[in-house]
Amino acid sequence: MASAPYDDPVALKILIAGGFGVGKTTLVGSVSEIRPLRTEELLSDRSIGVDDTEGVDNKTTTTVAMDFGRITIRDGLVVYLFGTPGQHRFWFMWDELAYGALGAVVLADTRRLTDCFPSIDYFEQRGTPFIVAVNCFDGAEVHDPENVRIALDLDPDVPVMNCDVRRRASAKTVLITLVEHALRTLTANAG
Amino acid sequence: MKKPEWLDEDAGPVVRPFALIRGRTRSSGDNFDLIAVVVPTGASAPPEAIIGPEQHRILELAEEGVTVAEVASELDLPLGVVRVLLGDLKDHGLIEVRPPAQVSPLPSERILKEVIHGLRAL
Repeated sequence: MASAPYDDPVALKILIAGGFGVGKTTLVGSVSEIRPLRTEELLSDRSIGVDDTEGVDNKTTTTVAMDFGRITIRDGLVVYLFGTPGQHRFWFMWDELAYGALGAVVLADTRRLTDCFPSIDYFEQRGTPFIVAVNCFDGAEVHDPENVRIALDLDPDVPVMNCDVRRRASAKTVLITLVEHALRTLTANAG
Repeated sequence: MKKPEWLDEDAGPVVRPFALIRGRTRSSGDNFDLIAVVVPTGASAPPEAIIGPEQHRILELAEEGVTVAEVASELDLPLGVVRVLLGDLKDHGLIEVRPPAQVSPLPSERILKEVIHGLRAL
């Protein structure tokens, strides 16, 4: 049986970043089938003292659980969503996740806006296209996205939007806004 | 059949994940991207190869075309362990692991437009 050559499928990666508990998992779950992914990593100096290693002297690895989702655009074109681990001690995962990423959504909660500073710094430095999506929690005051832009000191071309990640339509709009932004970045660099 | 009472899910796996790969943490699979696609070569295993049940499962999954991340999720094993298992299969000539197409620096305009339309249609 002669096997037909595989059409190389195109797999794209979008990162969902932001502080702990800001709704990353909810966003991934709203638009895709969510699956758990775990990775066992060496404990970095940073996490020593965070993980209680007393009494388990030989423990040198820690398990990091992440969520990822898959959206099939068509046969051979798939978008993967990866929720980046929120806690600082899992920063070592970021370089791997960000490598080759199409772009990133930084989810923000206006009650804890500073939580997304590290993500923004990271993507700015790396040159990864990103947008800021303010997740509007029940009971939280809804802010004008322009005020959020000023508070976060973002470049004028970075899209800032409000969203409700529990709603599929809203989560879709967030992703579309990001891909459109990535497309603009691409054509701006080319032109 | 009654399950032994002293073992529940919280007890964790009976075999520690890294025992599957005989404690190794380095292999030719170290640099496999999370979204690299695992493709079977269709070759048969060399006689000296020891193909464990996890690797058989990987070969089954590869028939459907899966990414490294999906293999790890499906097998419920840490990525580091899965990379070693994949590296062994590659060394035996049983699979290819293809890096994602067009990751650098950004995919083509055409692909991105297709993604935007696809997301709208979800």
